Amino acid sequence: MTARARDERTLRGRVAVVGIGETDYCRHGASPDPEFKLALKAILAACADAGLDPRDIDGFSSYSDDRSEASRLAAALGTRQLRTATMQWGGGGGGCCAAVANAAASIVAGLADCVVVFRSLAQGQYGRFGQAAGIHTVSGERSYLMPYGVLAPPQRFAMRVQRYMYEHGVRQEALRAIALASYHHAQANPRAVMYGKPLEPEKYDASRWIVEPFHLFDCCMENDGAAALLLVPAERAGDFRHKGAYVLGAASGSGHRAAATAHNAPLYATASFETVAPDLYRMAGVGPSDVGVVQAYENFTGGVVMALAEHGFFKPEEANEFLTFDNLIAPSGKLPLNTSGGNLAECYMHGFELVLEAVRQVRGTSTSQARRSDVALVIGGPMVSPASNLILGSEATL
Amino acid sequence: MSNPSARYLPAGLPIPVAEPDGLSAPYWEGLRQGKLLVQRCGRCNTWQFGPEWLCHRCHAFDPAWIEVEPRGKIFSWERAWHPSHAALRGHGPYIAVLVELPHAGGVRMVGNLLGTPDQTVAIGADVEGVFEHHPEQDPPYSLLQWRRL
Repeated sequence: MTARARDERTLRGRVAVVGIGETDYCRHGASPDPEFKLALKAILAACADAGLDPRDIDGFSSYSDDRSEASRLAAALGTRQLRTATMQWGGGGGGCCAAVANAAASIVAGLADCVVVFRSLAQGQYGRFGQAAGIHTVSGERSYLMPYGVLAPPQRFAMRVQRYMYEHGVRQEALRAIALASYHHAQANPRAVMYGKPLEPEKYDASRWIVEPFHLFDCCMENDGAAALLLVPAERAGDFRHKGAYVLGAASGSGHRAAATAHNAPLYATASFETVAPDLYRMAGVGPSDVGVVQAYENFTGGVVMALAEHGFFKPEEANEFLTFDNLIAPSGKLPLNTSGGNLAECYMHGFELVLEAVRQVRGTSTSQARRSDVALVIGGPMVSPASNLILGSEATL
Repeated sequence: MSNPSARYLPAGLPIPVAEPDGLSAPYWEGLRQGKLLVQRCGRCNTWQFGPEWLCHRCHAFDPAWIEVEPRGKIFSWERAWHPSHAALRGHGPYIAVLVELPHAGGVRMVGNLLGTPDQTVAIGADVEGVFEHHPEQDPPYSLLQWRRL
């Protein structure tokens, strides 16, 4: 490491993903396993992928108040020494990349040597995100929304997307192209819950409204499963079974008063990346034209439109031209998107399946490999605060 | 207190109450009396909604509660079809609007748009508030709904 590199505060090139693993992905309620067991299975799968003894894990990182608590995992796995336990505050799936960044920061700071980043989520066991149940009274932000039927994520985010579509003339076809691309890629991915269940434009158009402007196929699934990855210092990346996928950059957060209660963010029609995307590109030392493949969290397709625009792939006014099926599919589309099927069609593993897919793209082992995959972008849950994002790269990009 | 009003949405949805620390208590009490109260800083006059203990602009504590006329413009909207709560099963579509109050610093609030659920909704349209009272509920509460002018 040069003196300059030592002085620079960055994650770029300092850590590598050396193992990935996931459980079977199931429809909500269809997993035979409880949530904690799913977490253990995913972590062990990531260790097997890397060729690492699980007892050598010394840190855990997650987000969205994951219930599989670090100390219990460490005890269950028999890890020799627990050194970091990091939880990203709030933001739901917006934390899927920040959890990786927090783990990477722990390693760079010398607090840990081998951190597992994971998400375990059994909506069958603990309740569906899409249903509000068992609540008699509400206070705080929800009190200004739920009595009016703004209950679950679809209703919470539709007004934001509606405003964005109004301000920038975005048409339904742009949202549809995103759903079609995800389903197209899922047909090549045997892990995907929607494998063998293709989507055509006519089926999308005929599908019921969940809440306008979201058809059924604009909305993520509700699933059971877990996914995990292993991070080690870059200098150890060569010790494992697969070539490392290096962290080139990461960022998280949101803009000025983005979380002002009950839809009072000054900048309303945004995916929350107007400050986070420039931070990411600055650290990674790359720009949008260097990115070969993107995994963008789809809570709803409309959020993907906003997030891609805020990451500089097109201007909002160009969304209708850019967001076509042909542009979004691997291997040779202009910007292959959600190449595993993502939250819409692979599994709603709260976005963590997207991070694993970016690793596969860098390794060259995706079931829908992009032609350019040395620089792979992941965009965490849009329209929340804090949001987060991540760029992974091959050794050649360092 | 007012008599029960016609409901826009069926009974059984979560009932709004102030936080245990009382932050929003003046707002909910105001609605019960047919008044819309919004926070406005006594020092720098900045409007703020939802409420907070601190003025986000000048950091004076405990912004005052000011009565404002319940009228505004539709800033965004949605027509919900899928019942995300057991109380809505079989009910059919309903409209939620985000209303901006230009005369109160542009603060926004969510409510339902009264009238038929299949109506055309236009961003920018003028609306006025309609108080929806539920004194018979436990705990009693009131909502603020909106109708086109």
